[in-house]
Amino acid sequence: MTIEPATAAVSPDHSPTGKSLVSLKNVSKVFSNGTTALQNMSLDIRQGEFISLLGPSGCGKSTVLRIIAGLGDPSAGSIDWPTASHDASGKALPEISFVFQEPTLMPWATVFNNVWLPLRLKGQSKETARDQVLEALEMVGLDKFAEAYPRELSGGMKMRVSIARALVTRPKLLLMDEPFAALDEITRFKLNNDLLHLWEKFGWTVIFVTHSVFESVYLSNRIVVMAARPGRVVGDMPVGAPYPRNEDFRTSPIYNDYCRDASAALHAAMDANDHL
Amino acid sequence: MSTVNQTTASTTSAHVPADLDEPAPILVSKDSGTAKVLKVLIPFTMLALLVIVWAWYVAAYDVPHYILPSPWRVAQALVEDWGTLSGALLITLKITFSALGIALVGGVGLAVLMSQSRWVELALYPYAVILQVTPIVAIAPLILIYAPTTQSALLICAWLVAFFPVLSNTTQGLKSTDHNLLNLFEMYGANRWQTLIHLKLPSALPYFLAGLRIAGGLALIAAVVAEFAAGSAGAQSGLAYRLLESQFRLNIPRLFAALILLSVAGVMIFGMTSLISHLLLRKWHESALKREN
Repeated sequence: MTIEPATAAVSPDHSPTGKSLVSLKNVSKVFSNGTTALQNMSLDIRQGEFISLLGPSGCGKSTVLRIIAGLGDPSAGSIDWPTASHDASGKALPEISFVFQEPTLMPWATVFNNVWLPLRLKGQSKETARDQVLEALEMVGLDKFAEAYPRELSGGMKMRVSIARALVTRPKLLLMDEPFAALDEITRFKLNNDLLHLWEKFGWTVIFVTHSVFESVYLSNRIVVMAARPGRVVGDMPVGAPYPRNEDFRTSPIYNDYCRDASAALHAAMDANDHL
Repeated sequence: MSTVNQTTASTTSAHVPADLDEPAPILVSKDSGTAKVLKVLIPFTMLALLVIVWAWYVAAYDVPHYILPSPWRVAQALVEDWGTLSGALLITLKITFSALGIALVGGVGLAVLMSQSRWVELALYPYAVILQVTPIVAIAPLILIYAPTTQSALLICAWLVAFFPVLSNTTQGLKSTDHNLLNLFEMYGANRWQTLIHLKLPSALPYFLAGLRIAGGLALIAAVVAEFAAGSAGAQSGLAYRLLESQFRLNIPRLFAALILLSVAGVMIFGMTSLISHLLLRKWHESALKREN
């Protein structure tokens, strides 16, 4: 069984010249308690990008992700999916998967059944889905744990199952909401590398929410810096360092330069808030 | 496919072994041999001790059997009156299990209905609470008047008592579904039915089972209490009536025998519900876990 890449082969340097996958125009979100979570945010995300949304807590980065995922409509503005198919009513049907900060697994179901879930909800029987589920588990290195229950797994392994569940539908866009924030640093670095390998191989588009400057520079080729109260975009910087990136990149001068820049943008945003 | 699986794994460059992760929690599944024996031995020794002290007290102080019969006399009554007592036990158990069965179906059904609509919940919950908080002995006389037969009156009483713990626990369980998992189901386009079957009901299972254990015990208690209130006599009477009857006739050995049968029935119901709970949860739920720390 061969694994079909979700999109056409992506050039090694992932130059951001791909077609637009999703574009947010003047999107705002005001919660029912009056809090403005997002103000007038515009963002164009191109196919094959690994984009990090970097910002302090309360800057609305998770809200952006949820709006893109279709969990809650924006209060104002529009979201366009130029290349996605649309249903009869004109509603976009983008191929999206979501990875939460917590593994969010069903404790009563085995690893296999957890990963099967998205296909099961689409009406695929266990037999039909088997190959695809095992393939997704293989991608995260957990094919030998198919019959284990979540409680038998470590935190890192649970997160891998969560990623496998996101990949099993072969999405074009992977939304990740601080997926590794609750893990220890050694496990996080390892999952960072594994995620990069998979992304280079399959070339999906990734939107990765994080509050770690280092993680955003290490992973992404574009960092969108956000500020809080109200949530808004304050910076958009490319990270031009070539892939594949590995532990050498983590200690290189160029990595440090990018971290300094991203950090400066983040602090500028937070200082601006202090004067309010 | 699982055999092919091995070979594709080694050729996939993105394949990552999981063994570098931190170790998974250690699950201790079995007690050591001695602990196992002690677990059975200690409760039985304690019970035997009670019987011995009881027998000694009756013999040493020459207690008349119409005040406190010796264990031996109680055992004798149990054997001699087995015909009457077992018939009565069967009737009590029949009421208990019918009431429990209807309470389970009704409680879960109503909980599911209430979880689907806030309005249904608002409309029905007051009735459930009022019926629960009003003491059953206080409603029993009315039910006896309205119900067509005494048996059905007893069944209604036992059901009323067993129903509420199932309803309130299942409702609580259905409401405690992981918010992120609900989002996930929504994102994958799950319909109401799929969300209920694959997510809400399994999440509510531990809560439901806790309700079942409470309801099982309560159904037996309510069946006895209702029979006391009804004071029904004749061929259709259960253990509670045999208790009263023995008291009137000062047949204390038989009273004790009936009491022991009730206790044994209660313990067996508790054991059964606990076993069901254990079998359903042992693979995944925290309550069934033993950890080595």
